[in-house]
Amino acid sequence: MEENVIYTRELTKRFGTFTAVDRITFSVRRGEIFGFLGANGAGKTTAMRMLCGLSVPTAGEGRVAGFDIATEAEEVKKRIGYMSQRFSLYEDLKVWENLRLFGGIYGMKDKEIARKTDEMLTDLGFESVRDTFVRALPLGWKQKLAFSVSIFHEPRVVFLDEPTGGVDPVTRRQFWELIYRAADRGITVFVTTHYMDEAEYCDRVSIMVDGRIEALDTPERLRACFQAATMDDVFQQLARKAVRKSD
Amino acid sequence: MKQFLSFVRKEFRQIFRDRRTLLILLIMPLMLVLLLGYAIKTELNDARVAVFDPSKDTETRRVIERLQASEYFTVVRELVSPAEINKAFRDGSIGLVVVFSENFASDMSCGEASIQLIADGTDPNQASLLTSYAQGVLSSYQAELLEQSRVPTRINVVTRMLYNPQGESAYNFVPGVMGVVLMLICAMMTSVSIVREKETGTMEILLASPMRPIHIILSKMTPYFTLSVTNVVTILLLAVFVMGVPIRGSLLWLAVVSAVFIVVALSLGLLISTLVDSQMAALLASGVGLMMPTLVFSGLIFPLESMPAALRWIADLIPARWYISAMRKIMIQGVDASCFAVELCVLLAMAAVLVAVAWKKFKIRLG
Amino acid sequence: MSTVIVDQLYKSYGKVQALNGVNFTVDEGELYGIIGPDGAGKSTLFRVLTTLMLADKGDARVMGYDVVKDYRKIRDIIGYMSGKFSLYQDLTVEENLRFFATVFNTTIEENYHLIADIYKQIEPFKHRKAGKLSGGMKQKLALSCALIHKPKVLFLDEPTTGVDPVSRKEFWGMLLKLKRQDITILVSTPYMDEASLCDRIALVQAGEFLQVDTPRSVVSRYPATLLAVRSGKMHRLLGDLRDYPHVNTSFSFGTAFHVTLREAGSPDDLKAYLMQKGHSDVAIQAILPSVEDCFMLLSK
Repeated sequence: MEENVIYTRELTKRFGTFTAVDRITFSVRRGEIFGFLGANGAGKTTAMRMLCGLSVPTAGEGRVAGFDIATEAEEVKKRIGYMSQRFSLYEDLKVWENLRLFGGIYGMKDKEIARKTDEMLTDLGFESVRDTFVRALPLGWKQKLAFSVSIFHEPRVVFLDEPTGGVDPVTRRQFWELIYRAADRGITVFVTTHYMDEAEYCDRVSIMVDGRIEALDTPERLRACFQAATMDDVFQQLARKAVRKSD
Repeated sequence: MKQFLSFVRKEFRQIFRDRRTLLILLIMPLMLVLLLGYAIKTELNDARVAVFDPSKDTETRRVIERLQASEYFTVVRELVSPAEINKAFRDGSIGLVVVFSENFASDMSCGEASIQLIADGTDPNQASLLTSYAQGVLSSYQAELLEQSRVPTRINVVTRMLYNPQGESAYNFVPGVMGVVLMLICAMMTSVSIVREKETGTMEILLASPMRPIHIILSKMTPYFTLSVTNVVTILLLAVFVMGVPIRGSLLWLAVVSAVFIVVALSLGLLISTLVDSQMAALLASGVGLMMPTLVFSGLIFPLESMPAALRWIADLIPARWYISAMRKIMIQGVDASCFAVELCVLLAMAAVLVAVAWKKFKIRLG
Repeated sequence: MSTVIVDQLYKSYGKVQALNGVNFTVDEGELYGIIGPDGAGKSTLFRVLTTLMLADKGDARVMGYDVVKDYRKIRDIIGYMSGKFSLYQDLTVEENLRFFATVFNTTIEENYHLIADIYKQIEPFKHRKAGKLSGGMKQKLALSCALIHKPKVLFLDEPTTGVDPVSRKEFWGMLLKLKRQDITILVSTPYMDEASLCDRIALVQAGEFLQVDTPRSVVSRYPATLLAVRSGKMHRLLGDLRDYPHVNTSFSFGTAFHVTLREAGSPDDLKAYLMQKGHSDVAIQAILPSVEDCFMLLSK
């Protein structure tokens, strides 16, 4: 079993003359919480789409969970989880229906789904909402549930795209506790966020500017290196250098 | 006024930027007219003719020979009984049946004989071509007879359209296409474009601005009104100059009735936009709720006359049915206003009710 | 006279109570922040104040005009920017601005001075379609559009949501400049760190105002001593802090844990406890709370 769950070398994506992602090289270890930061339009979303096997790289290579993202996208997709702020769960399905659906999508057996559903709802303290429609849940609950669904099939990596946007401060912290627990189980977490305090919770953080990774290290070392008190300062220093302004 | 103009300009810009939709809106009606138009045959050659000749005398032989000799007709069958006439048409191989009276030659010597021409009215254009050509052949033959003999003889020619006794014009499809196209552009496009503003949230900004809701509505409608008028004009031009469709009635009445119908369709679009919140729903509502019944009950596909009574009542609720009927009367039949007064009144009433309801429903606020 | 007066507003959608008896006033020229997570009722409040929605109960006035009766007067004098950056994606930057200028019966030229600072940053792209702009630029264009008619009151509903920290900082810089132009600004945001830039803030949750005050007073009214706790083993620290019997609250906060203790506990006792649990380099210091700390305490 290889140690690097995500590995890229000179990964590049061009749209016409526009280079959205410019030769990024990095790797993420098993069980690591990797913060993927960058201003709007820096190329984060494009990079993430390539890693999830949704978009074919123009050049360079990338491997996720041991499979090539360009040639073995289907294998990659079986081994990753994905959650974004925009789409997460079906609002018009009940909680357990969502779980069964996503378990089914990833080819889990009915028995296993039933067992994991009980386990997960107990774990979250959500037993009482098993038969509730997702749209009736408070936002914070939805986000926690969405995250649990994204790791329901025990993926090797989970990609989280701004998972805590707009969530209240207490729930936001509870959410991060869920992330820690997943990481402790060996699930690699790849997360983007606009909350800079959350960058501190990551094991390592990369900061993208104009399609390139301009900095990559532990939050501690980044702060030391940029002589900054907080990750926000680090981010401001780097992102202000951006020349490109469009998505 | 400046607000209004600026809004209209913005609407036009958005319409023109959406090239694909615009192309469909402008080209589709023309394609429809051309396709339906060219399905109508306007030329005759070697039409297959069957003959029922109970008299079987020299005179009838001569007439038949005459028909045979013309480049337009080929006599292919001799029928033995009138009962075979229907069958001959159903086979589809025969375009015209010529029926002679029982004692043709003796009738002729008495000075008057008759011939009946029976054509298949399901293709009224072709049928009228056939009968008029046949009449031409017969009358030139008659002229020759007159020169030869001193006894004045007359051949009485009676034509009959089978299956379509009123001889509805083949060009009836033109008003039908106009009704459907206007419904599509006015109702569907208006509702979609208003709902799009709701979806993107710009409606919120507009409502929170000094712009009066009535101005928002009017400026949303103006471009589609213009587009519809353009379509009506191009369809008519195409119909008249390319397809040779006559406009027998008054152009003024044609414009008036069309304008009333456009108002009806626009307010239907507005009404839909007040009832739904997504472009998808607007498309479905106008597509399934308006377009389908319009197509079905417009008489474009199925003749209204052959529908069961219950369905005809439903058809009466469809604005396009009244519009198409009025347009047929104006364009094809060329009758005057008193003949389509009912249609016009129904359309006016529909317009009044729909404008009132849509206006009442349009909210000055969200949700 | 207050620019905005809100008196006992109630609004519900079915079972969800979006506004649950909200009262507050905003003074002329104030930069007033409404701070709370999604679903707190911020957008509903803004829609009621911008006359887009009727409340179930209660009154609200903007510049003395009633939001129900005098809605047309209010629509003349306010600027509104909704969270969705509501622009025409298929129109260019300049066409959008020109369109909204005429909607408000004015021209770009007439009020250019008002938006110059903001608009200049996107002017190089004025022929680009609005749909092709980045989040930060859309936000600037939307603000320009909301400002072009020199509104007396500006309602900004979550203008920075989903926008990166750099663009957010720039945006607040613009708001502070606008304040000097005597425009009263109401702004809502889920980002607690933006609160300190407002004159006064209201902390909102579940349709209720938890507290209204200046950011400084909100912080100074924090009823407990807040401790920042660090150790060499941050990962384990959260669990160990929770096991300490005298901990009242404990939340991760960037590089440290923010902790409040019950009366029986003390920093020294906590430090000893943590050392005994095997933590090294334990640092505990009393710190000033942030607005986020206050919010978490109030929302409990």
